[in-house]
Amino acid sequence: MNEQALLGLADDELVLGWRDSEWTGIAPLLEEDVAFSSIAQNEIGHARAVYELLVGTEGDADALAFDRRPEEYRCAPLVELRLLEWAHTIARRWLYEVADEIRITAFKDDSDRAVAGLAAKIDREEAYHRMHAEMWHERLREEPRFRAAVEELWPYALGVLPAELRAELVERVGLADAEPVERGTHTDELAPLWEEMTMVRRSAPAGAQW
Amino acid sequence: MGPRRGARRVSHPIWEVFRQERRGQPFEHAGSVVAPDADFAETWAREQYGRRGESVALWLVPRDAIRDVEDWADEFDLKYRRVDGYSIKARLKEARERAGTARAG
Repeated sequence: MNEQALLGLADDELVLGWRDSEWTGIAPLLEEDVAFSSIAQNEIGHARAVYELLVGTEGDADALAFDRRPEEYRCAPLVELRLLEWAHTIARRWLYEVADEIRITAFKDDSDRAVAGLAAKIDREEAYHRMHAEMWHERLREEPRFRAAVEELWPYALGVLPAELRAELVERVGLADAEPVERGTHTDELAPLWEEMTMVRRSAPAGAQW
Repeated sequence: MGPRRGARRVSHPIWEVFRQERRGQPFEHAGSVVAPDADFAETWAREQYGRRGESVALWLVPRDAIRDVEDWADEFDLKYRRVDGYSIKARLKEARERAGTARAG
């Protein structure tokens, strides 16, 4: 099991799910608000499933998800960015889904059956996310604001994938290869997000009751 | 400036959503989505009405494609044409009385 790569996947899904749920209640259209929130929630569900796989049946997935220091997270800088501007948000969602599909496809061929099985399960739900992202991409691809956002986020998108999978992303997105913003580095926006994301966990280490 | 204020003023067509709960069952009206085209309508309807296992199929119909019929002239009280509009009980009683076969009580 490639634990670091799986942790990267889980952290990406958790942090992007968190970021995208910042649109709940304020998305540009009511229907999109429902759909976007639902997708964000799915991503957090995927993160949970991967954390659970990593810690095993006796382990504590919440501890893995929330008890690390910000610098220990393995998420790609792309998902950390706080982008409360729709062109950038939807550009990121599209870039992320394209990259994520390439990554998940690779995980589906993993020699570890538990990993391959979970990847296949995640992939079946990601199909809806891709449909949603492609729909927006089709609609906005010629819009200058969207194109500018895609170009701005492109080096970050490359950083989602390990080097050996990037050629396919370059081909599918159709932009020139660029210097990636690599996983393992963090933006300044992760720390405030971490504060918020782990607040309940830190205030009630024994576990919050709802 | 927030992104939503202006955007929410855009007026898009309304799509009526019908859902089928199980194969073979009739489609029932589930609600509607407001969407610029059929692809958006499909994606949003899937999220709202479909993919948590509550439907096996959806129909999306632009509201403009629906012919609305709601004016009914019923001046002569022809409700006996409906099965539920015709009470047979009283007439049956009269008929039995005429035939002398009225039941006691």
